Amino acid sequence: MVIDKPARAGTLESSDIYIMVQPNQGQGIEIQLDSIVLKQFGKQIENVMRQTLKDLEIEDIKIIANDRGALDYTIRARLETAINRAN
Amino acid sequence: MDRLRRTMLFMPGNNPNMIQNAGVLGADSIILDLEDSVSIEEKDAARDLVYKALKYVDFYSCEIVVRINSPSSPFGIKDIQVITKAKPDAFMIPMATEEDMEEICKLVGKIERKEGILENTIKLIPIAETAYSIENISDIISASNRTIAVLLGAEDLTADLEVTRTKEGQEIFYARSRIAHICKTYKIDAIDTPFADVDDFEGLRKDTIRGKGLGMTGKAAINPRQIEIINQVFTPTIDEIEYAQNVIKAMEEAKGKGKGVFSYQGKMVDAPIIHRAETILKKAKAAGVI
Amino acid sequence: MKNSLGREIPDTIKGYYKEVKAFTGAYDNIGDVIKTQVRAKSLMPGKKKLLNSLEEAIKKTGLEDGMTISFHHHLRNGDYVVNMVMDKIASMGIKDIKIASSSLFPIHAPLIDHMKSGVVTGLYASYMSGPVAEAVSEGILENPIIMHTHGGRSRAIESGDIKIDVAFIASPSCDSYGNINGLYGESACGVLGYAISDAHYAEKVVAITDNLVAYPACPIEISQDYVDYIVVVDKIGDPRGIVSGTTRITKDPIGLKIAKTTAQLIEASGLLKDGFSFQTGAGGTSLAVAASVREIMKEKGIKGSFMSGGITGYMVDMLEEGLFDSILDVQCFDLRAIESLKNNKNHQPMSASMYGNPHNKGAVVNNLDVVILGATEIDTDFNVNVTTGSNGVIMGGSGGHSDTAAGAKLAIVVSQLFKGRLPLIADKVTTVSTPGETIDVLVTERGIAVNPRRKDLIERLKDSKIQLVSIEELKEIAERITGKPMEIERDERMVAAIEYRDGTIIDVVRKIKR
Repeated sequence: MVIDKPARAGTLESSDIYIMVQPNQGQGIEIQLDSIVLKQFGKQIENVMRQTLKDLEIEDIKIIANDRGALDYTIRARLETAINRAN
Repeated sequence: MDRLRRTMLFMPGNNPNMIQNAGVLGADSIILDLEDSVSIEEKDAARDLVYKALKYVDFYSCEIVVRINSPSSPFGIKDIQVITKAKPDAFMIPMATEEDMEEICKLVGKIERKEGILENTIKLIPIAETAYSIENISDIISASNRTIAVLLGAEDLTADLEVTRTKEGQEIFYARSRIAHICKTYKIDAIDTPFADVDDFEGLRKDTIRGKGLGMTGKAAINPRQIEIINQVFTPTIDEIEYAQNVIKAMEEAKGKGKGVFSYQGKMVDAPIIHRAETILKKAKAAGVI
Repeated sequence: MKNSLGREIPDTIKGYYKEVKAFTGAYDNIGDVIKTQVRAKSLMPGKKKLLNSLEEAIKKTGLEDGMTISFHHHLRNGDYVVNMVMDKIASMGIKDIKIASSSLFPIHAPLIDHMKSGVVTGLYASYMSGPVAEAVSEGILENPIIMHTHGGRSRAIESGDIKIDVAFIASPSCDSYGNINGLYGESACGVLGYAISDAHYAEKVVAITDNLVAYPACPIEISQDYVDYIVVVDKIGDPRGIVSGTTRITKDPIGLKIAKTTAQLIEASGLLKDGFSFQTGAGGTSLAVAASVREIMKEKGIKGSFMSGGITGYMVDMLEEGLFDSILDVQCFDLRAIESLKNNKNHQPMSASMYGNPHNKGAVVNNLDVVILGATEIDTDFNVNVTTGSNGVIMGGSGGHSDTAAGAKLAIVVSQLFKGRLPLIADKVTTVSTPGETIDVLVTERGIAVNPRRKDLIERLKDSKIQLVSIEELKEIAERITGKPMEIERDERMVAAIEYRDGTIIDVVRKIKR
């Protein structure tokens, strides 16, 4: 899958995550993450995002995310919605 | 009665915080809503979120129902196509007609087969919320063998009828009675319309009792704070349970003595009374009070 | 050295007012105690106490570099007095001051500049939140701050552990000879319970008021025989930050579910009968517990004895409905509470010492049947952290948490099993505020765990509808949902030492690694 245009999904409500995705042609995966639980769960959140990208066979993408304590299922859902909206 | 459906709690389908806590609130069924509580721009996001929630969130022993968008809208069919794969217990269909029920039943069956899901796993609950559907509810129910209950939607119904919706609910007396009777003939649940004033608990109790008095078997809730009262109304009381237990005991004693006919508390006990007692005990058991 | 909870405690703490004694058990240090002597300056008849300015008062008290001054926190986030006094002290060129404030709030952010400039070099508090707490966590002070419990702070003052040179007492109403109450005036806050030990044991006491009333200021909460000087200022506080208009019960369904379950547990414990005594906090979930208990008491016609602690209008309602005979009030949270304190003889003020000091002849907490407590974290030994966030930053403190937990027959922690994504239960809490041996039950929305030490309670609940799980199981349930958080890396450097109510060190807070 290819990211054609910028798109976003999610909200800044508690337990949600706000995700923006942008094309990143030939530049690989770039993740900018801000989270209220960055110290405790930053790595885990990034892992979930990378796994989701792998499942969708996305190799080039820029993700800017603001996490409000979302669980993994929400992170997956929001990222997929953003990606679907981006092409 | 394979499972209890006293309270069916609506939860907005695009709100992770409410979705992930829904299973602990005491409702028998949770309705993850893709329709009215989700704005047009977020229909895709809610669908994705509900799909993931069905796969990953533990709702404990709650029944999970997904209310899809109207099959005639641009979203309804897509909702079915995506969500069926995550195996909800049932779909709830707004403004359902016989044709909708047939079409959805077929579509769900097709996906079930493709995904290797046991056929007829996923059930359907039509919402009766137009004058047409109240009148044709029998055909709507029988349009699919997946139908397990009907939800009465009084807000849309009264709009359709051009009558005022009141707390007393005289205007839906007929709709409640008709749905209760027809559901009974099909041995499926009749779920009462939600009570809109979420801060009026006395009103809620009265309204629930009114619905139950006409034969409704459960009620939808639009706020978690409504669950306790609805559950209370639809759970057999201690007195009812005691009475039922005594009837059954008297029956067994009579059987032991080889008596065909017997009386309890001076009244002749016949088949309807025994049937009623058995139903009370079944419900009490399912509710975990005995 | 390690204390009895396995926490690493240093042998010495820089700037600490006494030798380090490690925590050994909640009830190990109760018995003979000696209270300290106080030097006082007696007053000739005819001499006046009312001074012209704060500066004059500071001069007259003889305040010097290196001394300790104290404040109470009844004006909460509306307090002007701490900043006012510290700005004046700074402008007078006095340095190296230790502040003993019963609590600090976001409004006290200007203290940070005084810490940077060396005016403030030490801090004692039972609770702190906001920028000062964050700056302390970052290591702004060279010496660790010392955190107490409310009762423990009184103990430390009365024993002479903390020697207060000057107490500055924010006084909503005061007369020209130093009688004080908190009931009247623009900045009314009700009870002055946290200021009593300060008034009795400080060498010099300055009352700061914006409401000078005719002598004598009745009713008297702090009396003239303890007060040296009075200063009148424009405003001692902002009423909007002092009291909240109304305190509301939570509408959050999870909070309500926890509350309902907790009330059922209290009922099943057998303690909910005539003579019942009860304390709960002012937070939404705690109040919801009160609401559920109220329903049961009404339904069963139970008449309780007293409610205690920080008081809200909701508790006043329960008093006025006759559900309880009396209120013992250490702090008023809203206007209803202040009104009730004014008008109802069964609504009594109490000092922090009477409330929770383990080293007096019996504190109110000892008479409590049930207390409802919060938690930021709890561990599988039932130790509770209410001091630091799980990111390691100070954002609270024990306050009355440890005191009531130690005193009450049944100490119940109520909390969501995870908040946002942070699980409540850890193998080891980030910081121990209250020892697990004093916590009896944890109630969450996904299950109830009883401390295995309470075999009697577990036995009793076997015959009830209350179903129990182990705290380890609850921890697993949460981690299945949230995942396991990574541990925060910490620096060697200590930024705070946590004193248990008996004066032993229960834990220390170390700086977070950047």
